[in-house]
Amino acid sequence: MFEDLRDLYQEVIFDHNRNPRNFREMEDSNRKVEGFNPLCGDRMTLFLKVEGGIIQDASFQGSGCAISTASASLMTEIVKGMTEKEADEQFEILHKITTSEDEVENLEELGKLAVLAGVREYPARVKCATLPWHTLSAAIENKEASVSTE
Amino acid sequence: MTTNVQPIVSDEAYDVEAIRKQFPILKEQIRGKKLVYLDNAATCHKPQVVIDAISNFYSHDYSNVHRGVHTLSERATKKYEDARKKVQQFINAESSDEIVFLRGTTEAINLVAQTFGKANIGEGDEVLITAMEHHSNIVPWQMLCKESGAVLKVAPINEKGELIFDQFEALISDRTKLVSVVHMSNALGTVNPVKKIIDLAHAKNIPVMLDGAQAIPHLAVDVQELDCDFYAFSGHKLYAPSGIGALYVKREILEKMPPWQGGGDMIRTVTFEKSEYNSIPYRFEAGTPNIVDTVALGTALDFVSEIGIEAIAKHEQALLDYATEKALKIEGMRLIGTAEDKGAILSFVLDKVHPHDIGTMLDHCGIAVRAGHHCAMPVMDFFEVPATARASFAMYNTFEEIDILMDGIENLIEVFG
Repeated sequence: MFEDLRDLYQEVIFDHNRNPRNFREMEDSNRKVEGFNPLCGDRMTLFLKVEGGIIQDASFQGSGCAISTASASLMTEIVKGMTEKEADEQFEILHKITTSEDEVENLEELGKLAVLAGVREYPARVKCATLPWHTLSAAIENKEASVSTE
Repeated sequence: MTTNVQPIVSDEAYDVEAIRKQFPILKEQIRGKKLVYLDNAATCHKPQVVIDAISNFYSHDYSNVHRGVHTLSERATKKYEDARKKVQQFINAESSDEIVFLRGTTEAINLVAQTFGKANIGEGDEVLITAMEHHSNIVPWQMLCKESGAVLKVAPINEKGELIFDQFEALISDRTKLVSVVHMSNALGTVNPVKKIIDLAHAKNIPVMLDGAQAIPHLAVDVQELDCDFYAFSGHKLYAPSGIGALYVKREILEKMPPWQGGGDMIRTVTFEKSEYNSIPYRFEAGTPNIVDTVALGTALDFVSEIGIEAIAKHEQALLDYATEKALKIEGMRLIGTAEDKGAILSFVLDKVHPHDIGTMLDHCGIAVRAGHHCAMPVMDFFEVPATARASFAMYNTFEEIDILMDGIENLIEVFG
């Protein structure tokens, strides 16, 4: 019944939705940012531990759809160990994946995030995929602890 | 795989297939599947007569209204004013002077807040609403309260999504200047005990406004019997075009209300020193109105009246009962809004599937449902859900479509498992 939806809901996405990685509160985080999509009510909290410009640890909590949960889960896996600049570059890649008109095949070199390419067929769902990344961007821009709500 | 529930025949005389034939969009294919349109609470589709009314009016009758003496202007004016009479009859207002044409319910509530509200509600006064309101019956009052120093009071709801009447009553005070409640909730389907609310408020000389946006296509509304002071509704949920709606205000209140927007048509005479305002309802219709959609609203009311709002209500109630019974048998499906008195709205959440995923997946079965907060974020907060999926029924929906919906839901639960 949903065969043609496989482009959007790939097995990897189901997997990350069922078992999100790094789905935990981080007690020793030094960045904490709330992400909110008022259109759908999705909320997430992103925790980062950044030392010497390197993202040592990343985790998240919150409630969201399969696309935003999988996107957040993938993101925390990918950016761990990256510099902030490298993490920012990944956001650009995601942006390209979700909005580009290029064939998905040509995007394979872009790595794990290519599984999110299906959202481009669903303009209303692009924000689901990008919410975690906007939150990451805010965490990177606000380098001081001021972004923490605590 | 669908649980075995027998469809209830709503009414033998109710010919849903004949009704469906009058809605051209229902022939559309969505992603290769037959369209199952269950997003009627957001907006419903238009019958051919309404679509034709727009085209015919532009082709044969169009001109500005209340202005010129030429034939077309007179013809356009007559059709425009005929639509006002049709609204009057549809909601049984005493006079067509009590009907103001506006863009829709939201504009109507804003008009009341900015005119009646500013003139009658001051510092320390109170406006009483309920916890199940749409944002359009919250924000205009918040804006008024911010400007005037008045206080917005909110009567709570119970876990079924019903107004807790005792607490509503307890919130009425000497400072309450207006009660504004939704007739039927868009997020929950709850039909409020509006007659009881009005009688209670009137016993303390408090006027009552009803937000009728959801109620109007599903319930017979008689403003004289209800004795409400204000009633607002939108045409687009009543098989009429978007961008047109009406506000009913009791004559004695409307006559005292200060004007809202200034401009042409709302004045009698203008000099640079002062202007004399037109009589009701024209005083509240500044500028060239939405002439064509107003005429088409009149056509839509004729269309609905011909089928009969009572017959439509009975059909939709049967659809709701059937859908509810099926939904309760699906493990992991929880209904949000289970009021005893409820209209044709099935709001739900699934244990393992987010409403947005439900919306996208059902779209792939050709099924249109709404996924989101339904412009009622406080309701979502109350039920501690970020959003719900909502199926809402109209005169043209069928039992077969509910089977397709429930099959789709069962399948997606399996896929997400």
